[in-house]
Amino acid sequence: MSALNLIPANVNLSFIPKRKMFMAFSALLVAASVFMFLSKGLNYGIDFKGGIMLEVRTEKAANIAGMRTTLGDLGLGEVSLQEFGQPTDVLIRIQRQDGGEKAQQEAVNTIKAALGSSVEYRRTEFVGPKVSDELFWDGLTAVGLAVLAILMYIWFRFEWQFGLGAVVALSHDVITTIGIFALMGFEFNLSTVAAVLTIAGYSINDTVVVFDRVRENLRKYKKMPFPELLNNSINQTLSRTVITSVTTMLALLALYFLGGEVIRDFSFAMIWGVLIGTYSSIFLAVPILLNLNIKRVGSLVGETETEQAP
Amino acid sequence: MVYFSKAKMIAVLLVCLLGIAFSAPNFFKEETLNSLPDWLPHKHVNLGLDLQGGSHLLVEVEFNVVINEQLETVVDDVRTALRKARIKYTGLGVDGKTGVKVTIRNADKTEEARSLLRALGTLMDISESNNTIRLVLTEKAITERRSSAIAQSISIIGRRIDPTGTRELSIQRQGDERILIQLPGVKNPERIKRLLGKTAKMSFHLTDNRLDEAIRGRIPPGSKLLYRVASDNQRGPVLIKKRVMVSGEDLIDSQPSTDGTSGEPVVSFRFNSRGAKKFGRATADNVNRPFAIVLDGEVISDPVIREPILGGSGQISGSFSFQEATELALLLRAGALPAPLTILEERSVGPGLGADSIAAGKIASIIGMVLVVAFMAIAYGKFGFMADIALVINMLLILGGLSALQATLTLPGIAGIVLTIGMAVDANVLIFERIREEVRLGRGPVSAIDAGYSRALTTIIDANVTTLIAAALLFIFGSGPIKGFAVTLGIGILTSMFTAIMMTRLLVVLWLRRTNPKKLPL
Repeated sequence: MSALNLIPANVNLSFIPKRKMFMAFSALLVAASVFMFLSKGLNYGIDFKGGIMLEVRTEKAANIAGMRTTLGDLGLGEVSLQEFGQPTDVLIRIQRQDGGEKAQQEAVNTIKAALGSSVEYRRTEFVGPKVSDELFWDGLTAVGLAVLAILMYIWFRFEWQFGLGAVVALSHDVITTIGIFALMGFEFNLSTVAAVLTIAGYSINDTVVVFDRVRENLRKYKKMPFPELLNNSINQTLSRTVITSVTTMLALLALYFLGGEVIRDFSFAMIWGVLIGTYSSIFLAVPILLNLNIKRVGSLVGETETEQAP
Repeated sequence: MVYFSKAKMIAVLLVCLLGIAFSAPNFFKEETLNSLPDWLPHKHVNLGLDLQGGSHLLVEVEFNVVINEQLETVVDDVRTALRKARIKYTGLGVDGKTGVKVTIRNADKTEEARSLLRALGTLMDISESNNTIRLVLTEKAITERRSSAIAQSISIIGRRIDPTGTRELSIQRQGDERILIQLPGVKNPERIKRLLGKTAKMSFHLTDNRLDEAIRGRIPPGSKLLYRVASDNQRGPVLIKKRVMVSGEDLIDSQPSTDGTSGEPVVSFRFNSRGAKKFGRATADNVNRPFAIVLDGEVISDPVIREPILGGSGQISGSFSFQEATELALLLRAGALPAPLTILEERSVGPGLGADSIAAGKIASIIGMVLVVAFMAIAYGKFGFMADIALVINMLLILGGLSALQATLTLPGIAGIVLTIGMAVDANVLIFERIREEVRLGRGPVSAIDAGYSRALTTIIDANVTTLIAAALLFIFGSGPIKGFAVTLGIGILTSMFTAIMMTRLLVVLWLRRTNPKKLPL
């Protein structure tokens, strides 16, 4: 078995010289995401909004219009139905009921009575107002703390400029993920928060690998112009970045297409995260270092290698 | 680097063997496992409710009801004590959420009243200003009462849901006033919720014949207006005496049965000796007068006493369906909850969806694995193949780790495993790319491999620690299925670092020793 070099060994693409273009593109993405978030908003799932969700299976292809009329007549407020994976499966969402915790439970009973026993209840979920508020804040805290903890770690392992670069890239990834969820109208729930946190981990993972190389090159080539050094660092790690993204993507695509309807949105968030995470570590995290005035004195390791063009 | 100590080699192999041993049971059926010798691990992975089907119910104990009841008792005690001592008072009642207050009319008597009330109990702080005495439950008393109410609720919920004590269910306290109930494989969550929806406080009362007066709005003191619950044609008001003849606490058994003459479903019950004595005396004194059986503030039946009931047993007929009679008997047997429960959250998954999710998860994992394995072999040839072996071992280690720790595998957990398949090879990618670079810089095979492993190591650790941080936070803040995702992601990172660094290194060393190549096929 012989190996195949997917990325040529002497690859030398110019990332840094074109950085303004990429930064502008990212700024645009972030601005569009914030706009989508503010104008259209997120389609919060019952985890955060409270309410009722039922997944039912009918014997023959479901009569969604009929079900919609039946459930709409119950006076439970906003009811949404959608086919879920196959024609016999329907996902029903009912808005959070006024009147506290008990009202949710009563609404579930009303719905089940209306649909009768001819359907199979594959999933019944309801979240009352108390729990949904808590889950929302817990989710927000988790994401906030994760960003903070990762920042601390990078700061501890590198210099503060790297930490800042990593956090800018990370925030960019999280914000654009939220943006795409608002744009596509995908449900934003607890699993999405888990996906966002994983994206954060992955994005940083990618960034750290390139940063590591930058740090190493800073020690090795003390006189190389900074932009050239950064550009070389990206090119040297490009093969790894691409290959890891491909393997992760292969696994996630399998999950997206074969893992079932329940985690499809979750898989989508991760696929998006891998794409955007890879993009941001190359085009955002490293170029930012250029503007952050990194000190280039004293190599910590006694490696005194001669300058050589890589 | 070509040197790989014997001890280290054995350690690596041992870890792999342990992983295989602990993951192996998952590939066999339960029956096969039972026939294996005891010293072999035979635990399956613990499947979450979203995979095996089941109900997750988060309920809240309405603890303020317990406190209110306690305060009402204190009010009664204060009234009795002051009347006995002939001290005149006004404004006796519950004060705020945890206190009782009373104003003494005659200022001279305040001190006497105060010492009388202090004797009522040590659970209350007592204070006085302008002849008004305040009794407030102490923090400690409230905390203790709360703990005991929750503990009592947990045991009663257990007896209601699982009277025979044979099911695999978990009922745990969560936070201050909540209880998390997890029921694997439950087919009818509605029945469970019905059983939780009732406090099941039962008491027997005499009725008061001044019903007409009460309906007009003048309820005699010491009586209470309640309504019949039974069926619609009997729905109507009943005036009962507040004093309890016998309470449900004195019941020792109750069973569903059918009435001998009418054949309709009834609940037959039996009192303990104390209850039997009280019930016998009360019925003997009140022959031909009606009494009421009250359940959770509603009258389920108000028959007329035909003759004294001295044997300590009887039956309740309330136009029940057979199912209702069965459930009521169960509730009475299990005992009354100290306070009503509110269901805050329900997540029930039917067995069909669970099985579908497992099947989909399996296929996604296998296909994901095949794709990654093929890609690695194409990208890195022989070395990719070694990484593939490490990947397979890694999967077994994750499965073995989950089985050994008895951690719960959920649907997001499966997603975590699939993600790990993709990311686990990252460490190898880093190492192999580094080796390629070192070769390009002109190093020989052995030295290039050596440098590749040692230089990639810090990067691998830095990159993985950040993902571990995310996994840890998910574990802390996540609930249910998300915790499952955090667990598989966390275990996956640890095992993948082991297999990608130690395992492949072992394989590479063995290969180097055998072939001693001049040039690396990388």
